[in-house]
Amino acid sequence: MSKESSAPLLKWRSPVGISPVQSFLRLFHAAPIVLILLAIVAWSSWYTVPSDSVAVLQRFGKYQAEIPPGLHFKIPLGVDVATILPVKRQLKQEFGFYTDNATNPDQYSDTPEEESPMVTGDLNAALLEWVVQYRISEPTKYLFAVREPGQTLRDVSESVMREAVGDRTVDEVLTIGRQEIEAEALILMQQLATRYEMGVSIDQVQLKNINPPAPVQDSFNEVNQAQQEKERLINEARRDYNRVIPLAEGEKDQRIREAEGYRLKRINEAEGDVARFNAVLTEYQKAPEVTQRRLYIETLQTILPDVQNKVVVDENMQGILPLLNLNRQLPQPTSQEASQ
Amino acid sequence: MNRFLLIVAALVAYLLFNAFYTVGEAQQVILTQFGKPVGEPKTEAGLKMKLPFIQTVNRIDKRVLEWDGSPSDMPTKDKLYISVDLFARWRIIDPMAYFLRMRDERSALSRLDDILGSETRNAVAKHELIEIVRTTKDRIPLKDPILLENAEATKGEDSTPIGSLVPIRKGREQVEQEIFKAAAEKVKVFGIELLDIRFKRINYNDSVQPKIFERMISERRQIAERFRSEGNGEAARIRGNMTRDLNRIQSEAYRKVEEIRGEGDAKAAEIYANAYNQSPAAAKFYEFTRTMDAYKSIVTQDSTVVLSTDSDLFKYLKEAGSPSTTQ
Repeated sequence: MSKESSAPLLKWRSPVGISPVQSFLRLFHAAPIVLILLAIVAWSSWYTVPSDSVAVLQRFGKYQAEIPPGLHFKIPLGVDVATILPVKRQLKQEFGFYTDNATNPDQYSDTPEEESPMVTGDLNAALLEWVVQYRISEPTKYLFAVREPGQTLRDVSESVMREAVGDRTVDEVLTIGRQEIEAEALILMQQLATRYEMGVSIDQVQLKNINPPAPVQDSFNEVNQAQQEKERLINEARRDYNRVIPLAEGEKDQRIREAEGYRLKRINEAEGDVARFNAVLTEYQKAPEVTQRRLYIETLQTILPDVQNKVVVDENMQGILPLLNLNRQLPQPTSQEASQ
Repeated sequence: MNRFLLIVAALVAYLLFNAFYTVGEAQQVILTQFGKPVGEPKTEAGLKMKLPFIQTVNRIDKRVLEWDGSPSDMPTKDKLYISVDLFARWRIIDPMAYFLRMRDERSALSRLDDILGSETRNAVAKHELIEIVRTTKDRIPLKDPILLENAEATKGEDSTPIGSLVPIRKGREQVEQEIFKAAAEKVKVFGIELLDIRFKRINYNDSVQPKIFERMISERRQIAERFRSEGNGEAARIRGNMTRDLNRIQSEAYRKVEEIRGEGDAKAAEIYANAYNQSPAAAKFYEFTRTMDAYKSIVTQDSTVVLSTDSDLFKYLKEAGSPSTTQ
């Protein structure tokens, strides 16, 4: 802001009619201020729209146009107002928890712990954390149809999530029904967003942590443990079964095979015996008496040498008892068989 | 003189500046003249003119507005204290009536507080908790196949089986509608249109919570207990199967073994019989040889054998005999 550059202004302003000295002095002081003001005006008549956004331009409050990304001109001094909306960016709202460094002011609430408790359809309680992904789809509606669309979306989301959870059992909420809840909440939110003309489109509803309330947590864990225990008991019983039954099957086979061996042995032996018998029989039939007598004598010859007590009595002798030493051998088998 | 002109010009400029005002897209404007509304409300957005200084601009929002109630505790029909948090959408459709009755939004919101608060209390007191919690009347819940295979057998405290939903007659949406209808009528006179209301949060009151938790714990314990007894039962069944199968296998083995052995014995007997029975001579010879064999094992070392001299073997011990007398 040098004096030289303000010279044309001096000439232009001087005909106003105050004495030249006075006006010179005044403008000498005023010039920098005027220049600064002009610079601000010039500066504020340009604006850039980032590539992920559009700007909504209002002139004297009236909607003019949606301005695409780029550098644009507007009438300064509050005549034109451009509101920049990140329409291509996916925005996120968190419920029941929060992550730091959020740029979207609607991303989390100050009291996330109040958002998560819910009552389920079997009158139990559960704590939910979830995320809603959305996009500004219609900038004019987003700006002009609803005041505070972000906060409205938060309320809608909480309401809808409780509606979905309220129709489900605690087990569905905690485990098996998660996807269903996400899908239902998404549909309900989309419907409400359309009905409220909020100018947003809901892309996704994701459930994060779902927990039973802290005092109940232990008993839920107990159920899991009991489930494991059940498996363990059954497995142990199966182990016992598997240890015993296949062994018994094997032993069964073993005994059957042994019996088969016995059968084979019996038959073979019988056949052997018979073969021998038949052979001898053939010879016997050729000379029966001699053979029989020979066999008899041979047999006695085999037996008798080993017998320690042998008594030979005369055929006319009547009592043989005195000859026997009964004290020595009490259970005395009197071999009457030998006398044929 | 110049100074005077300058002041006049400044005044004119100020007047002109004051004669214009803008109406935003989201706004409607009521002009007042010394506090009294003048003309129709301006609902079109853009640059407008008015009498400077004399007329004042009162901006009223045209958008859908939010009323977010603060959570308040109230009893349900089944005497459960719950904390209910509601929100409502509303907008100003008759700005003149609104302006005359309300002047500003703060008083409108507090009026909504009163009306919606009392209607909510009425509606909640008329319904049981479950009517506010649930929405879909005939929904059949998914059941965890592992967790609840015998769920019908296990009843909760209110004789509702664990894992099923408490039945309802109306449901959340209808209760919301009741509140909405009652309140919508009452706010109409303020130039306000109530668009809808929804329950945002319904929670157990702090005093009720421990009881609910106790019930949940006892329910879980039931389930856990059932798992354990199912485990023990199934294990016992498996062990029973084991004993049964073991007995079956062993007895089958016994039967089979005896059959086979019998078969062997029978076959052997048949073979012997066939051989020994082939002729009377064979039978006689068999009897003889078999007897001889038997002697070998019957007469042992410690037997006492008494032999008469008329036996075949010792008959020659007494006399040689004549060849004619043999036999």
